[in-house]
Amino acid sequence: MNTELTGVVVTFLLTVLLAFPLGRYIAKVFRGDRTITDFMNPVEKFIFRFSGIDPAKKMNWKEFLKAMLTINMLWFVYAFFLLLFQDKLPLNPDGNPGQTPDLAFNTAISFLVNCDLQHYSGESGVTYLTQLLVMNFLMFVSAATGIAALVGVLNGLREKTTNNLGNFWSIFTKTVTRILLPLCIVVALILVFNGTPASFDGKDTTTTLQGDTIQVSRGPAAGMIAIKHIGTNGGGWFGANSAHPLENPNYFTNMVELIAQMIIPIAMIFALGFYLNRKKLAYVIFGVMTVGMLLLLIPTIHWETAGSPAIEKLGVAQPMGAMEGKEVRFGPASSGYWSIVTTIISTGSVNSMHDSSMPLSGMMQMLGMMINAFYGGCGVGILNYLVYIIIAVFIAGLMVGRTPEFMGHKVEAREVKIAAIVTLFSAFLLKAGVALAAYFVAHHPEMAWAVKPSAWLNNPGYHGFSEMLYEFTSANANNGSGFEGLGDNNIFWNVSTGIVLILSRFIPIIGPVAIVGLLANKKFIPESPGTLRTDSMTFGMMTFAVIIIINALSFFPALTLGPLAEYFSM
Amino acid sequence: MKKYILPSLKLTIVMVLLLGVIYPILIAAVGTMAPGGGKGEKVIVNGKEVGYALVGQKFTDDKYFQGRPSAVDYNAAGSAGSNKGPSNPDYLTTVQERIDTFLVHNPGVKKEQLPAELVTASGSGLDPDLSPTAAKVQVKRIAVLRHIEESTLIALVDKQTEGPFLGLFGPAKVNVLKLNIALDQLK
Repeated sequence: MNTELTGVVVTFLLTVLLAFPLGRYIAKVFRGDRTITDFMNPVEKFIFRFSGIDPAKKMNWKEFLKAMLTINMLWFVYAFFLLLFQDKLPLNPDGNPGQTPDLAFNTAISFLVNCDLQHYSGESGVTYLTQLLVMNFLMFVSAATGIAALVGVLNGLREKTTNNLGNFWSIFTKTVTRILLPLCIVVALILVFNGTPASFDGKDTTTTLQGDTIQVSRGPAAGMIAIKHIGTNGGGWFGANSAHPLENPNYFTNMVELIAQMIIPIAMIFALGFYLNRKKLAYVIFGVMTVGMLLLLIPTIHWETAGSPAIEKLGVAQPMGAMEGKEVRFGPASSGYWSIVTTIISTGSVNSMHDSSMPLSGMMQMLGMMINAFYGGCGVGILNYLVYIIIAVFIAGLMVGRTPEFMGHKVEAREVKIAAIVTLFSAFLLKAGVALAAYFVAHHPEMAWAVKPSAWLNNPGYHGFSEMLYEFTSANANNGSGFEGLGDNNIFWNVSTGIVLILSRFIPIIGPVAIVGLLANKKFIPESPGTLRTDSMTFGMMTFAVIIIINALSFFPALTLGPLAEYFSM
Repeated sequence: MKKYILPSLKLTIVMVLLLGVIYPILIAAVGTMAPGGGKGEKVIVNGKEVGYALVGQKFTDDKYFQGRPSAVDYNAAGSAGSNKGPSNPDYLTTVQERIDTFLVHNPGVKKEQLPAELVTASGSGLDPDLSPTAAKVQVKRIAVLRHIEESTLIALVDKQTEGPFLGLFGPAKVNVLKLNIALDQLK
């Protein structure tokens, strides 16, 4: 096996190896057992006292959601105004301008919802102050929000009958102090010692060997790059994200950043097993998700390392593979791996430009985001998977003629309705957005927006359609990567994707929390031979089939118009 | 609602301090011990700065090894890729032009010896590296212009090649800046 492939395989194995103990640790943290981070106790106590929070206060699902949504709303207002007026605030050594209201709207939402769609470029569109106080801050708290929502759900499933999902403030704070912050410090320091800048010095002017005078953007980037991965956020310090040599200096940091973005999503699956004491369920979920990932990953690596058929026709050699938009130090195998990892788990950071990926690799990336539950983002990935489970339980129940049950609670019409709405609404948002965008490109190409619809697309034909499809897919999955050729900094894209972002973040969180809130309130039914077991391989396959069917029905036509058509026309 | 707003507000204040202020300052402080002091490591040749070690730079002179095409002309204050799709006809024309230009500047090299990374733009526009193949295909040209034996230059590329990480993971690469500095120092 060549070194590029061994790099990918070992990176994945290391991720799983590290995620397992981390999962056990996370379960301990939320059970309140002793852990090695108990030295954070006084810090947490101080935070609770200062904020007037009683961490022991129980919350039912409605209170839990109210607490979560209130603080999120507050963060939106805070971020929006800082971005709007960033040019008048300190820590702006490069003299960058304030954001326009529509861009600030989009950016604030985008970071709030753990997406990090960036319609600006890191070097020129934000200041050090906003990078730290908005981006860096929101990256932590949005990841913690997702994890807290999942832990709330697990609390509901843990007891036989309960209306207590735990205390949102307490879970949220512990997620920050005991999971995110320690991991980020480790990753940030690895990056700094490999060459990523961390100081507050601004742009530097220097001379090249050839004698040209150039400017080099810098800044306190390392900390943000750590949380952008640990928290599956994805927003880059620099415009080129983790393809930038200062953001991702070498193959080692590339491995570290890959492990960092995938470790919490995988660890949360194991944490679920430990926390609920249902290890077998966790392994089945992990198995289904891993199979799903491999089905997207293996073809992608094949297409990227095989090279571009169009370049082949020009007669040059492609010993590495398809290299447009990729960096030599990573190579196509690791770039292909990254492109799948970042799309299935909603990170959205990139180490190669997805717009230049091979057509079917682009389709795999989009599928990863459409499904959005193969590992998935911090906390929310499992919530998405839970929605698929509820639908699978319902369908399986109908097939064998038993009352559908999940974890000892009857799944009834109300829960299934919520699950169906969450799933279908997501497909609706995505496709309605793309349809609207395509309508403007086709019928109103000269609209007087900052970027006219006629100038939106960086590529003609099917690939141009894929650019729009990818953008809404990314927004809808709270992913944040893009086919970045799209001219998206104008009122249409800023507002439309902003709305999609906020709906597609909170509906898939509110849905599962409500489902579990309702389930947990019901009478507990002990398992009997008649129970449909959700931790069996058969049920795993059933869930997998549900995922494939729902997504194929929802998205196949759209994918046909974009990447598939491009592939067959090449 | 009021029950939630006040704790939200206060919790936000502490978290902004912890995550937006203390955390980055901590990383910056430890970073001062890293090579380059956390400001990016610079390369100095004979007491003169010649750029950043990690950031690729433009070489247009045929006497130097040239890096990969850049969508932003190696602007280190505005990194980006070309974002050109694989089937875009204008893009394929651009690639064809790069191939033609290369062949004109490198007489004796055949098209099928030219690796694609030399005619495709990198992801960041600042790729500091070449594959060893992409460096060696330029040896003939440089040997003629600098009156150095080809074998000496090939040995130089080999010497400057960094193998896979730990010898096991990822591709081999040559840092173009370091290679060119070593080239200038050849006597």
